[in-house]
Amino acid sequence: MTETEQIKENDQWLEAFDAEERAMTPSSAWLLPFRKAGIAQYAKTGLPTLNDEDWRFTNIDPIRQMAFLPMTAAEKLDNRTLVNVAYPLKEQSTIRLVFLDGRYQQESSDLSALPAEAIALPLHEALKTHHAELERHLGNCSYQNDNPFAALNSAYFKDGLYLHLPRKCHVDTPIQIIHLSSGNAEGKGIFPRFVIHAETLSNCTILESHHGLNDACYLNAPTTEFVVDPEARIEHVKVQEESQKAFHMASIYVHMGRAARFRSHYLTMGGRINRNTIRTKLDGEGLACVLNGLNLADGHQLADNHMIVEHAQPHGESHEYFNGILDDHARAVFHGRILVQQIAQKTDAKQTSKNLLLSNDATVDTKPQLEIYADDVKCTHGATIGQLDEEAIYYLRSRGIPKPVAQRMLVHAFAGEITDRIEHQAIGAELNQIVWNRLENFSNFRLTERQ
Amino acid sequence: MSNQPLLEIRNLKAGVEGRAILNGIDLQVHAGEVHAIMGPNGSGKSTLASVIAGREGYEISEGTIAFKGQDLLELEPDKRAHLGLFLAFQYPVEIPGVNTTYFLKSAINEMRKARGEKELDAVEFLKYIKTKAKLLDLPGDFLKRSLNVGFSGGEKKRNEIFQMAALEPIMAVLDETDSGLDIDALKVVANGVNRLRNPNTAQLVITHYQRLLDYIVPDVVHVLHDGRIIKTGPKELALELEDKGYDWVIQEAAQTA
Repeated sequence: MTETEQIKENDQWLEAFDAEERAMTPSSAWLLPFRKAGIAQYAKTGLPTLNDEDWRFTNIDPIRQMAFLPMTAAEKLDNRTLVNVAYPLKEQSTIRLVFLDGRYQQESSDLSALPAEAIALPLHEALKTHHAELERHLGNCSYQNDNPFAALNSAYFKDGLYLHLPRKCHVDTPIQIIHLSSGNAEGKGIFPRFVIHAETLSNCTILESHHGLNDACYLNAPTTEFVVDPEARIEHVKVQEESQKAFHMASIYVHMGRAARFRSHYLTMGGRINRNTIRTKLDGEGLACVLNGLNLADGHQLADNHMIVEHAQPHGESHEYFNGILDDHARAVFHGRILVQQIAQKTDAKQTSKNLLLSNDATVDTKPQLEIYADDVKCTHGATIGQLDEEAIYYLRSRGIPKPVAQRMLVHAFAGEITDRIEHQAIGAELNQIVWNRLENFSNFRLTERQ
Repeated sequence: MSNQPLLEIRNLKAGVEGRAILNGIDLQVHAGEVHAIMGPNGSGKSTLASVIAGREGYEISEGTIAFKGQDLLELEPDKRAHLGLFLAFQYPVEIPGVNTTYFLKSAINEMRKARGEKELDAVEFLKYIKTKAKLLDLPGDFLKRSLNVGFSGGEKKRNEIFQMAALEPIMAVLDETDSGLDIDALKVVANGVNRLRNPNTAQLVITHYQRLLDYIVPDVVHVLHDGRIIKTGPKELALELEDKGYDWVIQEAAQTA
């Protein structure tokens, strides 16, 4: 018996695919082979275990045990439900695309501020109208199925977004992706797919947020692909507020061209086991890529950020900053690999991982990796783990600031290191507030207040 | 004016991890006075400042410190500040991410709250703070910067004096504020301290060298050695120490002991 068959015996994802395949009405010839390639890739490995080097700190046994099934039902979102969701930039007018359990919700969305030359389509429609473009973006990146959740996404995605900005298109209004998971998702796997292509000299800000509507247990495994053409700029902000019982396994792929700018910010607050698997290919000269993340975790939450930044051309700049504030038994994992190809001389790559532990039971695993084949590069990494600086607390107290206030100032400052890097001011301010609200629910944060 | 000293230290003995540093300090500072504490390295000067301000980690084995008649040793550092005590740090702490304006507004309003006064709103605060900032010749953008982050040694010390000017303490303790300052910065610092002098306040200037005392003229000079005050004299004592060093005082004290 081959290994694949062994997995197949008890793997619901492989079993479900036959039914999926039968039910499928392919809109284009390449789509079914694409999905089959996804499930075949998944079949090679199945869900990862701790023996897998890329997953050695993140035990996903609870996901395995849940034996999730693909979400098939498509419900329409009641607008009254949306009113009760605390999504970011709620009070501002944005270009708004709303999804429920992986499906686009036209009536809740608002594209009126989108420039006429830009395209923002639900993926299930775009597969009919823009199949050539999508085939190029989806099929072109063979490395994209390199983690089992991305492979499952390729096999099972139902809907999502196709966003296309033509040359020189500037979208000043934030483009907002709001993904909601409902009680119907209990026991299900959801696989939204977002494809974003910014052509030369275009510019936009994308605010992606994921929200659990109740405390359902589901798996949300979105895959997002960014193609950032020469001299284009994208600022991407992702807020993750899944249900505390849910699992969030995101895959993010970025392909950048010459002198492109890509800044991506990850605020992880919800979910039980969570991961952003980020792969960026810096495939042009003189570009700059920033990956910037903040994990706020308490209870038994786990927040993992796993990234490979590949410098494939000279004169590229990449920075990764990931901070975590952990309480109770929470865990954070940082795995940052910088890969500098031989041609990529004058690369300037930095990464830092800093964690603040509010409890003795919180843990952090950090694994920086530099893999450098060029000889004229600047690559650095640093990691710190610690408690609040007692000296700083004493200094603040000597100025009349009570201890709990001083502690909160320092925690806020630590979070601010990350949120301050958001260039879009309104989003930055909003995220600060969201972070603050989340921290107020930490048990050791409340404790210091009572002292 | 009452005869009660503003600050009264009696037979203070303190140490760190079982090692005695202060071996019985007696000191009285009245309102309207400036006292200087001088002494060689390792004499206990900074420990004295830390114990007055309430830094954790010191064991007080004997003695009392009273400030405005209240037992200071019972109070947390922030409560001591609320009573009007201020310590200018020898090594001001850098605090990334805490903006100087935000920090000072919190500090001032915590003080006002503790005294039962109305908190300042943003406009009132900025108006107040800008007049104070002018006095200290600080870089224009420093109010927006993270507290002490990227400041030179001199800027940090000026920031201490700026905070002192803003918080208007009744009693200021300056812990080697002159170290690392050039003469211009020294004058700015001294000017800040002198502006605070009035019949209701007092200052305790801790220093290794006499030169700051050219600009902040003390009423009384104490010599600290081996955790004790071994000599007390008028301002001229500082000049004598500058001239002759500390050895003669130490020998003199040994003979009388």
